[in-house]
Amino acid sequence: MRSFVALAALGVLGAVLVVAVTGLEPFGHYPGPYGDVLAKVVPDERHTGQLVAATVFDYRAFDTLGEEMILFAAVCGCAALLRVLRSEHAGEGAPGRPVPSFAARAMAAALVGPVTVLGVYVIVHGHLTPGGGFSGGVVVAGALLLAYAGGQGLRLRRVGSITLLEGTEALGAAGFLALALAGLIAAGTLLKNFLALGTSGMLLSAGTIPVGNVAVGLEVAGAVALVFAEFLEQALLEDPE
Amino acid sequence: MTFLQATCLVVVALLGTLVVFTRDPLRQAAVTGIFGLGLAALFLAVQAPDVALSQIAIGAIVVPVLVLLAMAKIREHDE
Amino acid sequence: MSLLAYLVAVWLFVVGIYGVVTSRHLVHLVMCLSVAQASTYVLLLGIGYRKGGQAPIFGDIPTSTPVVDPVVQALALTDVVVGATVSALLLALAVQAHKRFGSVDPDELNALRG
Repeated sequence: MRSFVALAALGVLGAVLVVAVTGLEPFGHYPGPYGDVLAKVVPDERHTGQLVAATVFDYRAFDTLGEEMILFAAVCGCAALLRVLRSEHAGEGAPGRPVPSFAARAMAAALVGPVTVLGVYVIVHGHLTPGGGFSGGVVVAGALLLAYAGGQGLRLRRVGSITLLEGTEALGAAGFLALALAGLIAAGTLLKNFLALGTSGMLLSAGTIPVGNVAVGLEVAGAVALVFAEFLEQALLEDPE
Repeated sequence: MTFLQATCLVVVALLGTLVVFTRDPLRQAAVTGIFGLGLAALFLAVQAPDVALSQIAIGAIVVPVLVLLAMAKIREHDE
Repeated sequence: MSLLAYLVAVWLFVVGIYGVVTSRHLVHLVMCLSVAQASTYVLLLGIGYRKGGQAPIFGDIPTSTPVVDPVVQALALTDVVVGATVSALLLALAVQAHKRFGSVDPDELNALRG
């Protein structure tokens, strides 16, 4: 019954959306001014060729600030929901988790280092090549997950590890906020690009864009790793029921 | 629109339909991973390498792992 | 033919919402929601595409090459990561719902219980 009503309603919605979509410019005929303005202006004004990074961390950095806060809030919610209640603590030994095979452990051990370096490379070169804080942060968190999959474990029983991840994420979020406020203090406008612009193509160029990349990379890596750690801690508990 | 872009779009539409109509969550996790990779190929075909990188990292690393962990917790509670 | 990208976006949205409405398992619901989210990325990037445009990164191409729109790419880029984190939050909700009420079927979770 419900699926019939859903189909009817969605049919109407789909028809309305199709009519709406025919009013857009045809695919491939991008009309708007902003892309062209950015392409003309950014290489001279910000000494960088990466227009997307310049948009995310400079021209539309306010949106990125909002997204950072959404990320932070979502991870806080996850941590609050998945907290281990006092009545749920497991015994000392890890409950029945099978030891991974030798091949899995060898591959994971071999790949953790290169993947971390790759992630850090993607974060730091965000203003020169595709990538940046968001993608690189997830790759670094993936390296942590690889360590877990290889059997080394994240030592979840000890509080220290979760605190480290929480600290990293908070540092990233606070770092981005501090960058915004520093722009306000140093140059009078929130999130203004106030550092030296340097030469285009060098690692230290484009002012605050690489700094913003690192802050976002720290936060995303901390956030994703924290979510993994919370889920793993929950999934490995033995329910005393 | 090039042939590559048209193919990527059709593949993405098919994979999306498959994701919705796979009811078992474990199988759906695998199909979601493939859907993510198809999306990444589409993003590359429309000249968006940043978005494609993020999508590959998220859709292949984060989403399937989270679904599997959630299912492990739910399954363990059932037994 | 020039509308294919937008039509695929509409289709993904409608299919995702249909999955959410007729779902019987909270985890299945979360993944259908992510399909609906993917439709917005397809629509955004479809709007920003320019025929013959290159990727908006002037690493080794001259700065006078026509490029596709970087603003929609910036929107989609942050959205992908944040959307996945919100999906993680929803999965955490599903796990807790199962723990408290014993069921992950949305139809059985319809009473407000403390």
